Amino acid sequence: MDTGFFATDFGILILTLLKSLALIVPLLIGVAYLTYAERKVLAAMQLRRGPNVIGPFGLWQPFADAIKMLFKETIIPDGSNRLLFLFAPIITFGLAIIAWAVIPVNDHWAIANINVGMLYLFAISSLGVYGVIIAGWASNSKFAFLGAMRSAAQMVSYEVSIGLVILSVLVCAGSLNLNTIVLAQRHIWFAIPLLPMLVVFFISGLAETNRAPFDLPEGESEIVAGFMVEYSAMSFALFFLGEYANMILMSGMTTILFLGGWLSPIPFIPFTWVPGPIWFILKVAACLFVFLWVRATLPRFRYDQLMQLGWKVFLPFSLAWLVLTASVLEIFGWLPHA
Amino acid sequence: MARLGMTRLGVRLDRTARSFLLLEILSGMAITLRYFFKPKATLNYPYEKNAISPRFKGEHALRRYPNGEERCIACKLCEAICPAQAITIEAEPRADGSRRTTRYDIDMTKCIYCGLCEEACPVDAIVEGPNFEFATETREELLYDKAKLLDNGDRWEPELAKRLELDAPYR
Repeated sequence: MDTGFFATDFGILILTLLKSLALIVPLLIGVAYLTYAERKVLAAMQLRRGPNVIGPFGLWQPFADAIKMLFKETIIPDGSNRLLFLFAPIITFGLAIIAWAVIPVNDHWAIANINVGMLYLFAISSLGVYGVIIAGWASNSKFAFLGAMRSAAQMVSYEVSIGLVILSVLVCAGSLNLNTIVLAQRHIWFAIPLLPMLVVFFISGLAETNRAPFDLPEGESEIVAGFMVEYSAMSFALFFLGEYANMILMSGMTTILFLGGWLSPIPFIPFTWVPGPIWFILKVAACLFVFLWVRATLPRFRYDQLMQLGWKVFLPFSLAWLVLTASVLEIFGWLPHA
Repeated sequence: MARLGMTRLGVRLDRTARSFLLLEILSGMAITLRYFFKPKATLNYPYEKNAISPRFKGEHALRRYPNGEERCIACKLCEAICPAQAITIEAEPRADGSRRTTRYDIDMTKCIYCGLCEEACPVDAIVEGPNFEFATETREELLYDKAKLLDNGDRWEPELAKRLELDAPYR
């Protein structure tokens, strides 16, 4: 690939587009089937059957839903800000997809293997709140606005503890490059020494993606559907897909930061033959299952409990653990010098 | 939570440790995981159906005697008792002198499926059968007339007779 067409500027552009396509198509299929998996898992945990009519085991359900969404009417409410109203779901969905540019699914298999990958990821996931807040404001509806306010406060709060958790991984890995972070886990996954941080990260991830038990921004039993009330058809579908793409992204981040990315969990022969992306997908799927499992188990948090957990428990706890990690690494001289 | 012989500090430590180790949440998640592998409680409806009691109150039918004579004698007790006033009956003496209905309509959109018509009937003519799958695409199709009800009776007679027989000891 160093010579010929793919070395020219135009060739690199084409190559990047192809790579993006190779990532986005499976990702979108993954998103579609995550909605199916969610319905099946929730159904099974509630002793129901879930979608089982369209296709074998209801497997074509996501496509039926997509077609339904496509043919519905996009209603733009009176008094809404038309431009922002339509722009918000695009932001949400776009950001959820863009973040995947730096995720390595195998050794050096990222579209952009940049040195500040973790920072990029953190920045993009922080931007996600804009989609929600713009949606809430542009809808000109009180429920949407309440949902957006909740979501803004919630996502900002939990980003703080996510940041500290990421820092404690970074001091162990010694790099912001996601590829290096994964390779730093060749001997031991960070999930083992940093288990409490994994839990904090995962729970904050639930809050960050507005998933149960932190789905207050949607809160269908109190504020109808939160920031999404006024959305219909494809604009709603984009929010919906964005939420699920964000879940996959969060699981991907968990996998990379704590579960050794594409590395085989058992480092000897029959398992190391399995290609990296398979391990990566399996680990992401396991994380996603926990997302759904938590949703089936826990009731929604009250708003003050949510804030208390974020600021008074997770923040001091992750800060203390960061200091502890750094101290241990310093005292034993284990600091990586990458 | 407070155990005997525990100091207040001990109780607080105990509680804090439990919440930090997510014990409650993990036990909750263990329950949902167990349920995940349990057999489903839902029936696969159009393909699987529940057993129906002989007293099930479904779609109405007008029955006939085995010789083909219609049972209804136009006493209008069902019309009188119907709390939803869904039944309309008109009657005239027939050529052979017997009293028969010329009109027997049930507005199925008014009917509350209470079964009082069935109980009022002295000759077991009007009955509610086992059929509950009679949804229609228009409202008009649910305004049943005598022909429709007699047709229902002919179609469901084996089941209707069996249900009446099963329920007879309790009537």
